[in-house]
Formats: sequence, C-alpha cells, structure tokens
Amino acid sequence: MTVPLNASGLDNSGRRIVVDPVTRIEGHMRCEVNVDSNNIIRNAVSTGTMWRGLEVILKGRDPRDAWAFVERICGVCTGCHALTSVRAVEDALGIEIPYNAHLIRHLMDKTLNIHDHIVHFYHLHALDWVNPVNALKADPKATSELQQAVSPAHPKSSPGYFRDVQNRLKKFVESGQLGIFANGYWDNPAYKLPPEADLMAVAHYLEALDLQKEVVKIHTIFGGKNPHPNYLVGGVACAINLDDVGAAGAPVNMTSLNFVLARIREAQEFTKNVYIPDVLAIGGIYKDWLYGGGLSASNVLSYGTHTVIPGDKSTDLLPAGAIINGNWNEILPVDVRDPNEVQEFVDHSWYEYAEGKKGLHPWDGDTSPKFELGPKTKGTKTNIKELDEAHKYSWIKAPRWKGHAMEVGPLARYIIAYNSGREYVIEQVDRSLSAFNQATGLDLGVKPFLTSTIGRTLARALDCELCVDSMVDDWNALINNIKNGDSSTANVEKWDPSTWPKEAKGVGTNEAPRGALGHWIKIKDGKIENYQAVVPTTWNGSPRDSDGNIGAFEASLLNTPMERPEEPVEILRTLHSFDPCLACSTHVMSEDGQEMSRVKIR
Amino acid sequence: MQKRVLILGIGNLLWADEGFGVRCVEHINQRYSWPENVTVLDGGTQGLYLVQFVQECDVLVVFDAIDYGLEPGTVKVIRDDDVPKFMGAKKMSLHQTGFQEVLSTAAFTGSYPAELILIGCQPEALEDFGGSLRDVVRAQIEPCVEIAKTYLAERDVVLEPKSKDLTVESLSPDQLSMEIYESGRPAESQAYRYGDARFIPVDNKDA
Repeated sequence: MTVPLNASGLDNSGRRIVVDPVTRIEGHMRCEVNVDSNNIIRNAVSTGTMWRGLEVILKGRDPRDAWAFVERICGVCTGCHALTSVRAVEDALGIEIPYNAHLIRHLMDKTLNIHDHIVHFYHLHALDWVNPVNALKADPKATSELQQAVSPAHPKSSPGYFRDVQNRLKKFVESGQLGIFANGYWDNPAYKLPPEADLMAVAHYLEALDLQKEVVKIHTIFGGKNPHPNYLVGGVACAINLDDVGAAGAPVNMTSLNFVLARIREAQEFTKNVYIPDVLAIGGIYKDWLYGGGLSASNVLSYGTHTVIPGDKSTDLLPAGAIINGNWNEILPVDVRDPNEVQEFVDHSWYEYAEGKKGLHPWDGDTSPKFELGPKTKGTKTNIKELDEAHKYSWIKAPRWKGHAMEVGPLARYIIAYNSGREYVIEQVDRSLSAFNQATGLDLGVKPFLTSTIGRTLARALDCELCVDSMVDDWNALINNIKNGDSSTANVEKWDPSTWPKEAKGVGTNEAPRGALGHWIKIKDGKIENYQAVVPTTWNGSPRDSDGNIGAFEASLLNTPMERPEEPVEILRTLHSFDPCLACSTHVMSEDGQEMSRVKIR
Repeated sequence: MQKRVLILGIGNLLWADEGFGVRCVEHINQRYSWPENVTVLDGGTQGLYLVQFVQECDVLVVFDAIDYGLEPGTVKVIRDDDVPKFMGAKKMSLHQTGFQEVLSTAAFTGSYPAELILIGCQPEALEDFGGSLRDVVRAQIEPCVEIAKTYLAERDVVLEPKSKDLTVESLSPDQLSMEIYESGRPAESQAYRYGDARFIPVDNKDA
C-alpha cells in the first residue's frame, strides 16, 4: 500500500498517541499519530516545540563574524553551519579561496560527517534496534563466532573480549543507574536481535566512543581547537609549513599531516569492518520491517557536495539534484538562487508573513512569530493535549522545492547519486543490497530496499565510507599541492570591508550530515541586513503546506504497525533514522523535561 | 602521578543566562594561569562530544546555569555522586540532558573522574535570544570562580593571576567575547528576542 503524501489521504479518526518529547535527538520535538484498530499509523503530526531564532541575532553584525555565531546554534551541527556561513559570505563578496583551503575544508567537513554519523548510529540510533539488557544473556563464545562471521577482518573478536564487555555492562546495570540505557522499552517484542548480536553491538558502542574521540582531532589540527574549531572567510584558519617543528598553535606541518592520515585510516577500518557490517547485520534480522520510507520513495533533494574541482559542481562526488514523483529516470537541476525554487511556507507554522499565504525565497525570508492554536486543539495554550493540525501547529517552517515537499539527508543524496550514475555509489549500494538479499534469502529491488528506515540508516553508513575513502584523495592532493610550492591557505584581498560593494547578496550550501543546508545572506554597508538558514531538519520535519502536502517525518510514519502503541519504539526508530536536529530547525526552551518520552493515548 | 584537572564551562552563550558556564571559563582564561595538568574548556552545548575530556580527567569542575527554582543569581554547589542525580532531576535546556549522558557514558566506560564539583547559578532570564548575562548572574562569575579556586587549592592545584605581559589567547573566537557580543546586538525593533508562548508567556503579545 502506498503512503499518502497529502493531508487529504490521512485518517485521524483512530486513537491518538502523543509522544512529547521525542528523546535521543538534539532539540525538542513532539509527535502525534493516530492508529487504526490494528494499531497501524494512519495520521502523523510532527511538531518542533521550540522557537527558531537563528537569524535574528545576526542582524547588523559583521558578516565575517557570522560563522562564530552560527557555530553556537546547537551542539552537534557546529562546523556545518560555520562552513556554510563562510561560503555564503564568500559568494556574496566574490571571494575565491586557495586550493589548499578547498582541500582542508573538505577534510574538516568530512571529519564532521564521519564523527556525526558514527555517534548518531551507535549512541543515539542503535538503541532503537539493539537491546542492551538482552545482551546480558549472550554467550560470549557465540558472540565471538558471530563477530568473525559478520566481519572477519575486525581484530576485536575473542570470547574473552566479549566476556569483559558483558561484565562491564552487568556491573553498570546492577549499579542501579542504568543511565544511558535507562529509558528503553526493553521487553517490547519490536526488539528482535538475538542476545549475541545485542552484545556485539554494545561492544561496538564502546569502540565507537574511542574512535570518535580520535577522528575529531583532525579538527584540532586544522581548526586550532575542538570543540568549536575556527573558520575563516577567504580560506582556513591555519597556516602550513611542512618543515616546521613547532609545538601547539604552530603551522600545520608534516608531523601533523601524518597524524591526520593515521586518523583517516582508523576511521576507514572502523567504517568498513564495524559500522557497515553492523547496519547490514541489523537490517538482515529486521528484514520484515521495511517500513519508514515515506517521502523518500517520491521526492528527494540534494544540493550536492564534495566538489573535486573548485567551482565545478559537476565534479561533486554526491551530485546536486531533485527527484519528484518517484521518477528515478529524471534528475532535475536545482538552483538555490531562483526565487521560485526554494520557498518557505508558514500556513501551518507559528509565524506570519505580511503578505499572507505565499512562499518566500530565503533571501526575502521573514521570521515573525505568531503563536495561535486551531479550534480543535485539546487542552490549553500552556498545556496542549492534542494539536489541531488543520491549523498552525509547529515552530518549523515548511520549505518546498517548486512547491514539493522533499526529503533530504544521506538517503536523498544517495538516491540522487545512484541515479546520476556515480560509479562509486552504485558499487556501494549494489554490494549492500546483494549482501542483504544473500543473508535474508529475499530478492528485494534497490527501491524498496533503500526507501525504508533501514535504507536511510544504511545510506548514512555508506556516506561515512565515501567520506573516509575520499579523504585519502584529499590528503594526497593537499600534500602534492604543498610540495609543488603552494602554501597559501587564505585569500585576504577582500578582507577589508572598504573593498566591498555597498550591497551584496550570497548563498552558501552544503550537504550537512542531516542533508541539504543553505544559508542566504544580504549585506548592506558592510553589515548583515538579512540572514536566513534553511536547515535539513526544517525540510524533513516540516509541517503541512498550503496545499496539504506533508513533510518527510510525517510521511515516514504512515502505514507502520505498532506492537504496543503505548511504547513508541517504532515511531522513535523511524524518526531517529533521519538524525533529527530540532535545535537548529527550531529554537530552545522546553518545560522541565523528563528523560523518558511521555506517551499519552486518547 | 599528577591529577589531571578539567575546568569546563557548559551552556549556550546565545541565550542570556544560559551562557553563565561559558562566561566563567572565559573569565578564568583572561585572568589566570594554571599548571600543565589543568585544562580549561569552553564546552558549549557539545553534549556527548565532551565525553573524552571527562574520561581523561581525575578532577572535574563544571560551571553551568542550573534551574532549580531558586532566587535568580543563587549559587548552588554540588559534589560527586550528587551531580549526575542533580542534573537528571531538573532540566531546562538542551545541554543538560547531554551532560548527564556524558557522565553516564563515562561511567559505563570505566573512566570517571574521582572527584567532581558542579558550580551552578540560578538564571534570571533564558528566553532572551541574542542576549547576555543578567546583572544578578553576571555578579556571580567572580564568586563562583573563587569557589573553584578554593576547591582546587585544597587539592594543591593553584590558579595564579596572569602576569600582565602575557597575551591571552581566547578560548572562543573574539567576536563571541562578552564585550563584542553585547555591543553588537541588534535592536529589539530589528530582531525579535522572545520564545515559545507556551513556556514563556511574558512579553509575547500573542500569548
């Protein structure tokens, strides 16, 4: 049964389930669904419960400083906002960056993607599939055999190793402070892994923690520090001198570059020997759970990323494009400057536009809050029991591409790259599908495989592999370029505002870990006049638009059966597969939170 | 072996008193020198990404804005096992969920600080986007830094006033330093400053 993508196809007559807050995400989100008599989700309402204010703090400030502010918007997306911001300013002022800076930005951006993807999978998303309490029942010897079968190349696979992990887990659970694992629904039949697979995943949870702290040191080398590495309009904030032997704070030298390569190699091994095999192993066991595709089967958008030749978007490793109505034979071009392509609507968002019902391109964007609830709302303004989705119901705006709701993220860029004939990506996807079919005995096609919750999670792992592999190329290109005598890392010709035009506007784009990210800036008299960011979770978490088209989160939940509606394992599993970041798409303040999702059924 | 000390400020400096923890470590960075076994870190709202810093220290000093329903500007000092419990009991914003998880994750890995102190201050205002510390909270930076100094001195770790000829390398980019951050703020007429009416009814005309 296909998923309805318009409010007109939804049925809100069944029991209403409210999940607020949705946990293990960055930021604050609420989700309401209606289930029918068979506990199948027939209506979904996704709400950003915080106000979004990213843009307003920047008015009147120096455009060269914007990156430092946007880096503080939330805890996980720091570098993507900073990078996109300096790109927007450079676009507005016509600044070209040196080739070294181009490569170093790639290395930093890909580091961020790797770091983000691995932490997301092991520390936020895995618990939707993996039951750590069940891992206590595992036989370490059988776990060792499983590990060697799943990934023969991974060295940490002895029975003793898994026994140690199990003992540590036991101690942690018995201490009574279940902590990170405190809030699961561990006896829910939606968890299907055998204890050995659960134990293996817990071991990898710990290995991922060790890996992430190493790989992020690349940011310290090129960005001066971590957290919050430095960025620079015109280039990167580090100097290069291969022969330098200085201590911390000195230019990047051969020692530090070799250190970077070692970290890339570690991340490569982990991604290929642990991360991807884990996703495929989990996918194989949940082979009958191919829900959650939603909008991805119809409409996907990517701005394109990892441009090999500076300025030539046709060399993007993951190309830009849009697919609508599920037509994989046609990749439509995307122009982020065209006022008729990317537009934001606020009919169902708590904002208002002076000119009423229409979409605004981000250069003309407006962020004027208007909080009001529809007549069918249940509860009060300060204690909402049920939202009225026919009216305004979210702090997230509704961005649309040529009027279409679009899914963005690793899955979207992988669908576009696959259908654009990118050989590296085709090999990755086909290899994964073939492993999945072989393990499960199924004969699934690419489309039903990818356009699912597990497909979204797999695309993120493949995206991570593409990043680590291409970082080796970036690293080699950087060494070559420096050895050819180019040590320039910044173009400061237009650093001085007296060289700028009186008025300018620009746009910076990126494919952030969570998907298509754009910053649109207007500069006047050397100051920021208007700044609008349309972030990935704004696309995916968007409420309905004027025509009733629903966003990606809402679409992904439809037709999913729930084992126990009072325990929203399936809702969390699919929402987490997007790696939502509500901190960027909306903004701060919740009432006193409880760690556990509060679930109410009416 | 010398104890490794982490002095960590957490919070979001874009949200008024939420920036308290970060401003405390900025204060320390500008005015003091410390021995090599000490790290001073602006943790922002990095959540789980701070876990390695916590794993690597023996003594952890955390500055943070804490919402405990107290009189604004009240300082609360919490130690050792009470810290994670405290941070789970009452949360107000993004990073506190994160930091409780950081401590829990560090405990799971078996690398947990032997000693831990949270120096918190009750905020007056959080719903002021782009705003800075309120006076009652700002006034607590120095007393709170003194608490940390005394605590560390009891453990033979001494923060010395910075000599005047030493140039200060900022923890955060200069454009986020309190002075520049405050002076560059857009006027209220230009940029709406308030939040969600359900939680923040004040000053929201539509509420």
